Amino acid sequence: MTARSSRHPRTRQLRRWAAPAGALTLACGILAGCSGDGSGTPELVWYTNPDAGGQAAVAEACSTDDYTITTQVLPQDAGQQRIQLARRLAAGDTGIDLMSLDPPYTAEFADAGYLADIPDDLQQKFSEQGFESAVQSATWEDELVVAPFWSNVQVLWYRKAFVEKAGLDMSQPVTWEQIITAASENDGKIGVQANKYEGYSVWVNALISGAGGQIATGTDAGAEAEITIDSDAGRAAADVIETLADSEAAPDDLSVSNEGTAGATFGSDAGAFLVNWTYIWGNYGDDQLGGDIGFARYPQTVEGEESRPPYGGIGIGVSSSSEHQDLAVGALECLTSPENQALNAELTGNMPSSEAGYAQPAVQELFPAELIALFQESLESAAPRTPSPYWSDISGAIQSIWHPPSSVDEDTPGESSDFIGEVLQGRSLL
Amino acid sequence: MSTVVATPGAKDTKKKSGAGAMTDRSRSEDRLGMKLVAPAVVLMLLVTAWPMLQALYLSMFRYRLTAPDDREFIWFSNYATVLSDGLFWQDMFNTVLIMVVTVAVELVIGFAFAMVMHKVIFARGVIRTSILIPYGIITVVSAFAWQFAFSLNNGFVNSWLPFVEDNFNWFGGHWSAMFAIMVSEIWKTTPFMALLLLAGLSQVSEDMIEAAQVDGATWWQRLWKVILPNMRAAIMVAVLFRALDAYRIFDNIFVMTRGAQETESVSFLTYRQVIEQVQLGLGSALSVLLFLSVLLLAYLIVKLFNVDLAAARGEG
Repeated sequence: MTARSSRHPRTRQLRRWAAPAGALTLACGILAGCSGDGSGTPELVWYTNPDAGGQAAVAEACSTDDYTITTQVLPQDAGQQRIQLARRLAAGDTGIDLMSLDPPYTAEFADAGYLADIPDDLQQKFSEQGFESAVQSATWEDELVVAPFWSNVQVLWYRKAFVEKAGLDMSQPVTWEQIITAASENDGKIGVQANKYEGYSVWVNALISGAGGQIATGTDAGAEAEITIDSDAGRAAADVIETLADSEAAPDDLSVSNEGTAGATFGSDAGAFLVNWTYIWGNYGDDQLGGDIGFARYPQTVEGEESRPPYGGIGIGVSSSSEHQDLAVGALECLTSPENQALNAELTGNMPSSEAGYAQPAVQELFPAELIALFQESLESAAPRTPSPYWSDISGAIQSIWHPPSSVDEDTPGESSDFIGEVLQGRSLL
Repeated sequence: MSTVVATPGAKDTKKKSGAGAMTDRSRSEDRLGMKLVAPAVVLMLLVTAWPMLQALYLSMFRYRLTAPDDREFIWFSNYATVLSDGLFWQDMFNTVLIMVVTVAVELVIGFAFAMVMHKVIFARGVIRTSILIPYGIITVVSAFAWQFAFSLNNGFVNSWLPFVEDNFNWFGGHWSAMFAIMVSEIWKTTPFMALLLLAGLSQVSEDMIEAAQVDGATWWQRLWKVILPNMRAAIMVAVLFRALDAYRIFDNIFVMTRGAQETESVSFLTYRQVIEQVQLGLGSALSVLLFLSVLLLAYLIVKLFNVDLAAARGEG
């Protein structure tokens, strides 16, 4: 067809291609700053999890004459954040300098060599600065591999009027059994995270830790880690889930509930209790529920044994493929300084990962003093998820066996122990 | 309308007669044709065959993207793991079930729609367009729409259906979740089926139908003895396309349940292995199996309908 066409249409066609190509070149020119050994100051690109602008503000505050820090937003879902980062880093993407990492994936990234080493003096500084749980989840093979930035912890939220009706004394530590009984006897619902997702593993991990157990130990050995979920602690956790799922206190959407839907259940007329992160105060605190909201330490799995609230948060890591590693490592100190942790908290409600951060006046004004004290106390005894390069497999295997919650019984821990082992050995599909 | 059918038919016959008598000229034309398509073929081999071979190669490794040092050649062990795993067969069952149910329902509804589009006299454009709208909607969007519709918190399905309790959680059980997924799939793709069937319907000669009518055939007899047999090729194409499409179902499941309640399909399983768990070896083995099963499926459907596609096109 084109064989006999004259020059004119071909030139026209060329021109048609030339326009977008030109636009592309122009766009590349603008973007070139990213990888930029070009003119001017280098640009450090920080991949952040979505928030209300806290990390962008911190990036701006930490930009100096030597470098500018810009942010790129990752997907909402933590699992998707991990996938996007892992794929880019595995391909040696030089466009990532800094990244916000969710604790459960820190070990995996460090083990794969995606994270640049942090110098000893900085490691020591960050370790001294951060809460123990924050440091623990930022550590892999005795090295601090990311700088703890903000920390999140779950507490037990309750409706004051409901608790009064049920006659439960919330000034003392309560157990899961107590709140399940109180809620079922008074037509209340308990909001938890039990959809088939990471949030469910968070709950299971907190329940097991609360009974003095662990999901796995010796995770340095990678796939040869010892799976310890089949224990008394595992069975105590299964008992809590089974009891709740079989009780009147279970919300109708229990098997698909996440942080958002659990919050909605809590905000509804049937809402009684909720285990959820710090930002619930922003959604339901103050006057939103007419002041009918109370808070207490995360419930105990076993009566008399201190609860271990779920730990979450973000650590900042430096990519080992970055072309500006030294600058990026240097920037960590500013990004995670107590002042900037406070700035981030002020803008997003995501609380600092250090006592010094909590001590900032701006943070103290964010929440009532008792709530701040509760957050801090909870963080100090929070239970991070077992650091392991295979956490996503372990977590996936737990979700696969423990979901739906109504299927959980005393055999569940044993089944999940076998299954995790098979998955880690590559003998079973997950 | 009849011209639409006649054009491709005429082209085909011309090509055929040309191929029959091989003169020097036609042979050199053929050679030129080969040369002209060669760059495209090479490009296609590069972008399709190469990744496929790469997948085949990768499938023989124990290889996790985040643990590159542990990469190990293990021959066909991954295939053994997959084929001996209950999860794979359960997902295969789900996939086949979704395919059979949705294609069967779509075939019936799609045919009804095709009849409407074919016969409608007034507001033809509006009616045809409105039937086709769901197909124009992005699958992910339609999946979200249906997820919201069935959702316990903000859905309306429970309050609309008289025999369903208000607090019924559609995504809380296997069968109800599968039902929701299939409804979404059917809603979204029936128009495509209708479109393909409409093309077949317009190929059936009006003369034949009229002749049958004059001979005293009832509407039902005309449908089964005249219209459907003459549409066999079109029905096959429609079923083939939709079956292969439905067999690869992913978006609806991803959005609506994320595979919870054992609603996972084989594509979703493959996605999870390759993308989420970065198990490149195991995932590649799964994708090779997925590819082979799609081939097998296509072969079976073509055999089942017993239609020679080339001949079917020539008939027009």
